[in-house]
Amino acid sequence: MKHIINCLVENQPGVLARIVGLISGRGYNIDTLNVGPTADSTVSKMTIVVPGDAKIIDQVTKQLSKQVDVIEVVELTNRRHLERELILVRVGVADNTQRAEVLDLASSFNATVIDIQKDSISLQMASNQGAVTEFLRLLQPHHIIDLSRSGVIAVGRECV
Amino acid sequence: MKKQAPLKPEIPPQPQPQRSGAQCVIDGLVKAGCEVLFGYPGGTVLDIFNCLYDAPFKFVLTRHEQGAVHMADGYARATGKPGCCLVTSGPGATNTITGLATANMDGIPLVCITGQVALHLIGTDAFQEADIMGITRSVTKHNFLVRDVNELPDILAKAFYIATTGKPGPVLIDIPKNIQRALTSVPTKDPKRVEMRAYRPDVKVAKADIANLADLLNKAERPLLYAGGGIISGTASAVLTELARKANIPVCTTMMALGAFPENDPLSLGMVGMHGTAAANYAIDKSDLLISAGARFDDRVTGKIDEFASKAITVHIDIDPSAIGKNVSTHFGINGYLAPVLKALLPLVKRVKHEAWFQQVQEWKKKFPLGYPQPDGVLMPQTVIKMIDKLSKGQAVITTDVGQNQMWSTQFFTYTKPRNFISSGGLGTMGFGLPACIGAQLGREKELVVCITGDGGIQMNFQELVVAVEHQLPIVVVILNNGFLGMVRQWQELFYSKRYSGVMLSQHGRRPNEEIADKPVYLPDFVKLAEAHGATAYRVTTEKEVEAALHEAFKRKKTTVIECIVSPEANVYPMIPPGTHVSSMIGHTKN
Repeated sequence: MKHIINCLVENQPGVLARIVGLISGRGYNIDTLNVGPTADSTVSKMTIVVPGDAKIIDQVTKQLSKQVDVIEVVELTNRRHLERELILVRVGVADNTQRAEVLDLASSFNATVIDIQKDSISLQMASNQGAVTEFLRLLQPHHIIDLSRSGVIAVGRECV
Repeated sequence: MKKQAPLKPEIPPQPQPQRSGAQCVIDGLVKAGCEVLFGYPGGTVLDIFNCLYDAPFKFVLTRHEQGAVHMADGYARATGKPGCCLVTSGPGATNTITGLATANMDGIPLVCITGQVALHLIGTDAFQEADIMGITRSVTKHNFLVRDVNELPDILAKAFYIATTGKPGPVLIDIPKNIQRALTSVPTKDPKRVEMRAYRPDVKVAKADIANLADLLNKAERPLLYAGGGIISGTASAVLTELARKANIPVCTTMMALGAFPENDPLSLGMVGMHGTAAANYAIDKSDLLISAGARFDDRVTGKIDEFASKAITVHIDIDPSAIGKNVSTHFGINGYLAPVLKALLPLVKRVKHEAWFQQVQEWKKKFPLGYPQPDGVLMPQTVIKMIDKLSKGQAVITTDVGQNQMWSTQFFTYTKPRNFISSGGLGTMGFGLPACIGAQLGREKELVVCITGDGGIQMNFQELVVAVEHQLPIVVVILNNGFLGMVRQWQELFYSKRYSGVMLSQHGRRPNEEIADKPVYLPDFVKLAEAHGATAYRVTTEKEVEAALHEAFKRKKTTVIECIVSPEANVYPMIPPGTHVSSMIGHTKN
């Protein structure tokens, strides 16, 4: 099972390397990792998606909390939360039929067209992991020229 | 008439006196209570060494940076105070890795200062540059790169604060050369008054948790205390002893906790684990309540993990939250400092005799004492250690290397006080014994400090013997020379059909692919080598000679090396083969 872990850290050089090194050094995997500033300029937030059972997630959470630069660790999967992943995808369209199919798919998943070329369409979509995965699965038969995923970002819906 | 106060001339705000980053380092060490600094100079720490010239504490020049870290480590283990070391950038810094990893695994407070090339040169592959921040991240509790001299006083205080609080550990400060030369007016900070947003080692334990634990303990029929190194680093030995005696609870210790509970007490079962006593391992297997205090369920203790303490409710008290539930899923975890937790628990625990259980463990102790075969005409390594115990009346501080010498040292010396057994537990670092012995002796000048080592381990840091001689340290180094890398040989004997591959230090019986010129049979000559370093040395081959040499060494109070030629193929028993249950134990019945 995938777990979303939000980690507030001191906004200092080397912290990202420390966190990533910790997780890989202990033999755990990272599915996606997103880092950005927060409202407080001295604090950064990392959203880490880690696959594993409850025991692994317990260890990852504890090991992260133990780091001197880590202010707070919240495991969001088992709490009420909002999650989004942004994707940018460029799809090749050879003819009008294909173009119509892609546009149709895009509109049913609330993906936005952000660029149109003679032989391709670029789409933007932001949703939860499930919808993103599903959308990409349905796009699969088409020619995906390029794909960028932001990784999951998330916020809790209640006070911790 | 009232006299008018004379007008005070305006005093402009006095600028704080400026000092260099290098001076900040010395001042920070003094403020943290540093008594002795171990180290080795080099290009990027010249400025600090220049200030060190006038420092009020002792500086010990080691012969290798690894020696410096192990010495600081031995000093810390022997005294409970943080050890300090200072080395240069590049190779100086990379030579500290084994020492840092050793301290990190065992939770030993150290502050290691490394020089670094000037900030603007970082990343250019400058001379003696190494990314020591990246390299040491996983073997330290924390590390700092100083980017601004004004932050240096704060970082020094934080380093000592982090090293000594929570689960202690090594902290490294990497200081670029230009930062050492830059000036600052920021004053020295006190490590005791550090506040950090993201690091808050003061955990509060809920009263309900303590009450629950007391309840479990009061209801248990076969309770057992399993004490780990946390008891020693958390100064909880006295309260643990009080608790055990109050409720008549037997105590087994890990290797890291030897001496945390007096081994001459009837409640002591000695060490648990692969080479622990039969009584301790049986007790774990049969107990109905296992209370782990500052231990971490290491694989050398648990063996086959899903059958470990299978009849017990397991309770885990530890200051490190990540230790709880890491190796074994315990039923009940308490995250907190051991001394206050055990103190709070003490009044809630009833005086119970646990008569049947007590009798049972006594029976195991009587039936399966630690022993060894004693053939005629051969000096047994165990005999040497028993002799050290006897002649020092069990009061010596013992440091060891790793392997058979280490295990026999745990088995045949009676530890009654914390901080008297100093050994690399988690990492299992050969070459630790001698430098740790030097550090321990510098921390406890009046006491007898003995290094028990093997002919393999001693060769890993022999060069540090010079330091003991220079500082006139009365350490006694006892080399158990069996001509083998003994523990590896023992595993090859037991699990690899006696195919002794790459373990022979003597030339007797070497395989053709390891053969070299057939003479001399054994190198080096440890007596000559020790004498060349300025120490007194003896070679002994009988129990009588061991006694005489130890007696002489303890009396003379000068650096002494005693090489004991011991039985080449003696084994450490009992032994629970790795990854197996206690029922697979071998060598615990009459040897």
